[in-house]
Amino acid sequence: MARASARKLSRRRFLVDTARTASGVALFGLGVGLYAKRSESLPATAIRPPGAGAEGDFLGACIRCGLCVRDCPYDTLKLALPEEPVATGTPFFEARKIPCEMCEDIPCVKACPTGALDKNLTDIDQARMGLAVLIDQENCLNFLGLRCDVCYRVCPLIDKAITLEPRHNVRSGMHALFIPVVHSEACTGCGKCEHACVLDQAAIKVLPDRLAKGELGRHYRVGWKEKQRAGGSLVTPDVEHRYNLPEGMEYDYEGQGLKRKGADTPFPDNPLDSLNRKSGGRP
Amino acid sequence: MSPLHPGREAVLAKGWWRAHKWLLLRRTSQFGILALFLAGPWFGWWIVKGNLASSLTLDVLPLTDPYVLLQSFLAGHAVAATAILGAAIVTVFYLLVGGRVYCSWVCPLNLVTDAAAWLRRRLNIKGSARMSRQTRYWVLGLTFLLALLTGTLAWEMVNPVSMFHRGLIFGLGFAWAIILGVFLFDLFVLRQGWCGHVCPVGAFYGLLTVPSLVRVSAAQREKCDDCMDCFAVCPEPQVIRPALKGAEQGIGPVIRSPQCTNCGRCIDVCALDVFRFATRFHSATKPHIRVAQNKEVSS
Ligand code: SF4
Ligand code: SF4
Ligand code: SF4
Ligand code: SF4
Repeated sequence: MARASARKLSRRRFLVDTARTASGVALFGLGVGLYAKRSESLPATAIRPPGAGAEGDFLGACIRCGLCVRDCPYDTLKLALPEEPVATGTPFFEARKIPCEMCEDIPCVKACPTGALDKNLTDIDQARMGLAVLIDQENCLNFLGLRCDVCYRVCPLIDKAITLEPRHNVRSGMHALFIPVVHSEACTGCGKCEHACVLDQAAIKVLPDRLAKGELGRHYRVGWKEKQRAGGSLVTPDVEHRYNLPEGMEYDYEGQGLKRKGADTPFPDNPLDSLNRKSGGRP
Repeated sequence: MSPLHPGREAVLAKGWWRAHKWLLLRRTSQFGILALFLAGPWFGWWIVKGNLASSLTLDVLPLTDPYVLLQSFLAGHAVAATAILGAAIVTVFYLLVGGRVYCSWVCPLNLVTDAAAWLRRRLNIKGSARMSRQTRYWVLGLTFLLALLTGTLAWEMVNPVSMFHRGLIFGLGFAWAIILGVFLFDLFVLRQGWCGHVCPVGAFYGLLTVPSLVRVSAAQREKCDDCMDCFAVCPEPQVIRPALKGAEQGIGPVIRSPQCTNCGRCIDVCALDVFRFATRFHSATKPHIRVAQNKEVSS
């Protein structure tokens, strides 16, 4: 009898102890889990090394060994410290401090033992670490009409990832603006432009794609692209567009604009010219 | 009686060096491994790169922590071959020498918890919270569950073991506070708290210990004079009793518990040389005589 109740008591005790341990550990796990979830949001200034997947995947793939850090010849990469807002121990860089120099042999990817940095990335031009955005169009010197061009000049993919687009300078009325324009299909997000920007705060910054880019609704179709792909109009057949032009005039689509039918000179912008021509230059 | 100065008799009987042999070897191993990792960043001698999570030695030998890799696998990552090879090498190594050799011969946090244990003995701090030593297996399961549920290495965000080693090599930051926390926890809250109750890394390597080859054996247990020194210094004292006192129940002299760290401190502090390293297949040579002697002692 006594034996049985003692056994009962010890079983009871075992169950209570187990429950105690389990709930303690579960509580602890909840804390760790919440903390881990919170660390999943990467700050916009932190850029992952080339070949890193989406943040969620990367945090499951990178074991924080730092081998990529060691093999980066430019000391671009560093492992996050516990107090930094990047998941502890994971590699990242800040473009404004040290950008990625886009090594041709991509030693960081080669060093990664786990494949957290994707081994399929063999051409560094295909890396997509982020996307440069000329964020501050008020202070960018080129927007002010000066010829700084530094971001353009330093870009390893100059004229592909970033181009200078001439625009009319409305302020002076007689100069051009050379606007740096980043092209997402070529920009690797290396951050050399952000690093080189001469302003105290860079006007051009590399942002994670999710911040840098908008996204069309899934159901959106861009008409002219669809038409090009289909090789013809997908809706009603195109009617040839016709201008309501005065007798004897036609419109040249190749850039000459309005001109007299058959003539090879365009209709002059300045009305005085045509008046003068009509009068044959006579007073 | 839990002696304030365990091992004093051993020093008298065997001399200081022999009474600290395994401790010294162990410290040499711990600091030596740390030195190998630090030689690169400090002096530019890149013998070993990386950290305990994964490293590359002499540019050829990849070594990867199987525990962290398992978490990554559970998080859903298709792990690359190099890491798998590295983890296989490490696993085989620990299967031979004992999984928790990681704890006592490699892990840098062990230096901290050993220091806490030493100070605790010195200051004669008695009070201790109550926590099951099985808690670590729950925590181990939890870390795997977290990886599975969050798809990230959630545990590695807070793991003091990897944080400390990585910190020493790549910069500590505020990780020192967490390490200090572990030290104080062990010193004031729970005796052998971290390594003996909570740490899932130790628990994982303990699982590798289960089938491992090299074990400590109480080979001459019949000589034991119950001085209790081994119990005082052992980081997992509960593992000793079955092997040391189990002769009558027919339990072999080999310490089989997966919690034994193969630190060898019991070998050091025993003035009568009861313990020694052996293989798991070791059994006392003359069981009958031993049993008889044991009876004499206990009567
Ligand atoms: S590509 Fe080169 S510079 Fe860029 S992170 Fe990798 S190793 Fe460093
Ligand atoms: S080498 Fe790979 S696994 Fe190691 S820290 Fe870099 S990205 Fe992570
Ligand atoms: S980040 Fe800047 S420098 Fe680098 S590729 Fe893109 S535009 Fe060029
Ligand atoms: S139990 Fe954990 S902290 Fe302690 S020595 Fe082992 S791995 Fe290191």
